[in-house]
Amino acid sequence: MTATSWKFTAREIVEKPELFTPGHRACAGCGPAIALRQIMKATRGPTIVTNATGCMEVVSTIYPYTAWKVPWIHTAFENAAANASGIEAALKAMKRKGRLDKDIDVIAFAGDGGTFDIGIQALSGAAERRHDFLYVLYDNEAYMNTGIQRSGGTPLGASTTTSPAGKVVPGKAQFKKPIAEIMVAHEIPYVATASIAYWQDLLTKTRRGLEAEGPAFLHVFTPCPRGWRYDTSKTIEVARLAVDTCIFPLWEAMDGEYGLSPQSKIMALKPERKKPVTEYLKMQRRFGHLFQPKFEHVVSDIQKITDQRWNRLLKKCNMT
Amino acid sequence: MATVQQKVLALNGDEAIALAAKQSDVDVVAAYPITPQTIIVEKFSEYVADGEVDTEFVCTESEHSALSACLAASATGARTFTASASAGLALMHEILYVTSGCRVPVVMAIANRALSAPINIHCDHSDSMVERDCGWIQLYVENSQEAYDSIIQAFRIAEHPDLLLPVMVCLDAFFLSHTLENVAVLPDEVVRKFVGNRQIPLVTGHEGKKAPFKLDPDNPLTMGPLDLYDYYFEHKRQQEEAIRRSPQIIRQIHDEYTKLTGRKYGNGLVDTYRLEDAEIAAVCVGSAAGTTKTVVDELRAEGVKAGLLRLRSFRPLPVADIRKALENVKAVAVMDRSNSFGGHGGAVFHEVRHSLYDAKSHPHVVNYIYGLGGRDMPQSIIRDIYGDLQEILRTKQVKEYVQFAGVRE
Repeated sequence: MTATSWKFTAREIVEKPELFTPGHRACAGCGPAIALRQIMKATRGPTIVTNATGCMEVVSTIYPYTAWKVPWIHTAFENAAANASGIEAALKAMKRKGRLDKDIDVIAFAGDGGTFDIGIQALSGAAERRHDFLYVLYDNEAYMNTGIQRSGGTPLGASTTTSPAGKVVPGKAQFKKPIAEIMVAHEIPYVATASIAYWQDLLTKTRRGLEAEGPAFLHVFTPCPRGWRYDTSKTIEVARLAVDTCIFPLWEAMDGEYGLSPQSKIMALKPERKKPVTEYLKMQRRFGHLFQPKFEHVVSDIQKITDQRWNRLLKKCNMT
Repeated sequence: MATVQQKVLALNGDEAIALAAKQSDVDVVAAYPITPQTIIVEKFSEYVADGEVDTEFVCTESEHSALSACLAASATGARTFTASASAGLALMHEILYVTSGCRVPVVMAIANRALSAPINIHCDHSDSMVERDCGWIQLYVENSQEAYDSIIQAFRIAEHPDLLLPVMVCLDAFFLSHTLENVAVLPDEVVRKFVGNRQIPLVTGHEGKKAPFKLDPDNPLTMGPLDLYDYYFEHKRQQEEAIRRSPQIIRQIHDEYTKLTGRKYGNGLVDTYRLEDAEIAAVCVGSAAGTTKTVVDELRAEGVKAGLLRLRSFRPLPVADIRKALENVKAVAVMDRSNSFGGHGGAVFHEVRHSLYDAKSHPHVVNYIYGLGGRDMPQSIIRDIYGDLQEILRTKQVKEYVQFAGVRE
């Protein structure tokens, strides 16, 4: 696929009707709710949404209320991509048989639990079958809906209710799974990472994902003040620091060709702008225990893995 | 008598089902292969490969995804079909409830196969009997002809605007799925006309506006929301109301089909055989009914007043029909091709015995667990069962209520 020159202006976005409407019951400072609102602003026409079980399903559809102005379906936790496959297949069949005369986009939303862990099989299958849909992973790095349990998306050292920081264990012992790269390995036309801190980049990538012919995967970084334990006013700041420290670099891969997005490209061109991970870690009490002398080695491990992954990404983007 | 010219083809049960689904103009088939259902999906793949159908065929990576895709496709407005068995059906368990709870019509063929462990690919009813509470209509067929006929009827039943309920058509592994039989088939256009286009009823949607019950960008609906203690119970009650409406609709569609084809399966819910004046009777579901009928004929020739009741519909449970059929019988043997470990007999036994509790007279009702893992059920064993019933009749005493038939003890 080729990159579209689409640029969303702030005015356009403000004027576009809200498809994910206010009144839902997300927490103050909820990162995923910000992502959904922004992403729904980038839709290009009639759209059907399917949502995995998780925070966004729970907060947006408490019967008899709904936050959605598009057709929306939730069925289970691990099957958002399978639902999207079925919707896309139905639209194709009905169109071919003359019962539908318009193009309808399909978006699947799922959290990190529904993507890294329990939903990866359905996602991998749908990607392999090359259904035409956009899968959006809103990543708040743990099972927040059930009370902050660790997932395959939880980073090293984070304290969660199932990887608690104790006297001898410094939080989660494993690294975060590189899910977006796993999706690139499926050789689908479009994979990107995005952050709610950079709305224009997020909207552009959403649109590119929708325009891609075939499966597209968007990994959106969405901090959670409840689970990450920072002040609700700091969500965007935390999201921005994840990019500035290269913990969560922004990139896209079109037909497998990697390219850095502007906010991360700066870091590649001017390495002195790259901030140490401690700035990011210190903002969040889920990492608070790491600053005790006995666990300090974990901080250096996080810096090390962050640098390793960043350097690998630079190579993939031909930036070395 | 038949009103339509029909062709007789040599088909096994799986092929008959694939043909029925093809003729029913299905929009989406999403499926995952599992023995002994594989022939259904293979045959359907051939139809796709040869351009004989206009269906989107989605070969999913699991049964869980197969049913999830069918559910969502059906919610989008498509006529939807899948097939499974055994472990595959067990993997779908979660989504079976979601499908019926979302009130989404999906038709699924089940080639009844034993559940592991030990692993076994042959026939028993453990896989579908354990799903009897999941809110699906369950029809059990006796032969491949009925499998063909029931799939066609199932689309009408599932999509009926007063029901919107998923339907399972269950056929015995290998005895039916893989055994060639003469099957009379209808012309494509006759089936298409009988099944018709999928009707999408209007429901009350956002802000009280009427909207077609599907995922439609012009009339957006929120389906499968979070539903807590303030509404969930009412929705489950409505689901029960829907399935309680189904017996009448199943019968009506069955009768309409009979007019078209001349073929009749009792009243569509239960099928009786020489029961009118019977003193002893067996009750079963599935292909064992065929063998049992032969035994009934032999016994009748010997002057024994034997009969058979076959439940075609297990969900909805035709309680009144069961009572009517059996209340004048003196001893009843219920045959279960699955077991409820630690319970008192199998699922069919529970339901039949329970249905008779309020009957005018109480026949003795005993249970035989038979044929697990594909163990054959020869006439000799069925004769023994009727022999036990004659003994009960003579002594007016039941020695054992639940027994295993045809097992090495």
